[in-house]
Amino acid sequence: MNFFNLRAKVSWSEEVRDSSRVIEQSVDTVGKFSNSQIAGKTNLTSSSYESTLKRFVSSLLKYGVLLASTIVFVGGILYLIICGTEPANYQFFREEPSELCSPVGVITAALSGNPLGIIQLGLFLLIATPVLRVALSFLIFLWQRDLLYGIVTLFVLSELIYSFIGAYF
Amino acid sequence: MYVNVLEFSLLVWIGSFAAGFLGSLTGLGGGVVIVPFLTSVFGVDIRYAIGASLVSVIATSSSAAPTYIKQGYTNLHLGMFLEVATTIGALIGAAIATFISLKALALVLAIVLIYSAYLSQQPRPEYCESGAVESLSDTLRLNGTCPTSEGLMTYQIHSFPFGFGLMAVAGVLSGLLGIGSGAFKVLAMDRIMRLPFKVSTTTSNFTIGVTAAASAGVYLARGYIDPGLSMPVMLGVLPGALLGTKVLIGAKAEILRPIFSLLLVAMALRMVYNIFAGGL
Repeated sequence: MNFFNLRAKVSWSEEVRDSSRVIEQSVDTVGKFSNSQIAGKTNLTSSSYESTLKRFVSSLLKYGVLLASTIVFVGGILYLIICGTEPANYQFFREEPSELCSPVGVITAALSGNPLGIIQLGLFLLIATPVLRVALSFLIFLWQRDLLYGIVTLFVLSELIYSFIGAYF
Repeated sequence: MYVNVLEFSLLVWIGSFAAGFLGSLTGLGGGVVIVPFLTSVFGVDIRYAIGASLVSVIATSSSAAPTYIKQGYTNLHLGMFLEVATTIGALIGAAIATFISLKALALVLAIVLIYSAYLSQQPRPEYCESGAVESLSDTLRLNGTCPTSEGLMTYQIHSFPFGFGLMAVAGVLSGLLGIGSGAFKVLAMDRIMRLPFKVSTTTSNFTIGVTAAASAGVYLARGYIDPGLSMPVMLGVLPGALLGTKVLIGAKAEILRPIFSLLLVAMALRMVYNIFAGGL
């Protein structure tokens, strides 16, 4: 909690410098763009946490994809070593083994060392990354008491959760 | 023809790498090529192809987003607002996909392919004029700034409700076909909301991951996402797309765009042929 506050303060002080630079720039461009003054004003109020949001969202996406693709890669190598010589058949649709279709089943399969389970775990993480990004943005908007975007992100988040839960029941 | 898992994975990996590279170079995205590529070249069942494409779309969108955000082009507020429309659309699309016939699905995809090829040939003017202030986009705090050679530029968002509706349609296509439908999202933002084209491309990319995730739940539960097939597709498209964004130089993309469009049309025709020849 303390760490969070500290980060927020640091980013805010950076922010003050950032927004003053933005204003300087927009003053420069007055005349070129009719709305520059408006830009200066909105930047003063909205960019106070905009860069916090950008930074958190960017790192979450970056590390989410990195982790997921590493797991898929490891699982893929194991899969090719173990099953590489088996015939490939994707022409005909068959139901997946049900354990690879549910989150709990995938985790058990991955923990038991099943290469396909490990790949599917990576794919799960990959799909979860944008969902977590929405959840994180919601928390940031909530923390900033941004009612409008808090509601917007909460709505998207509940749709995503509904799609995952609704698919299994 | 007998193909073992190792050979199949390698071939799919190479094809996906090329698709990701061309997709990001031309701005159409890898997903729109992956599905027809897997079905018409490898004869993969279209449901597996859609699942694998969806996964690769999430990977490319999420990995490209941090760079675009850092460069200052992505409009986060607009993207998050439009995600309301695209996710609703995606849920509807994924629901339709579970009962629509495979032939109808292939036909819709063929039409989308041809239309995407047509859209990619259209010139994209960079809108700089601000026009009348629209109170709705002001109230919703959607307007933003983007970096240009002359410093930060402010832009206005026009006809937000219409653009929002069109984004829902793009979401339906995304959920139905497992593609990012970037071409349609960019159309909604470029032409309707009149955004600078770098803003529309990057904001479209930002929303694609969440849109795809909305239908991924349904596809996972139904067994469309096959780990053995998705693995080489995702691991191919991702580096291909990253390389594509690195070499993204205007002149080269201009030469490649018509070739890529022809490729799309050829694959679309092949799919239509398969439908009527009863090959699916």
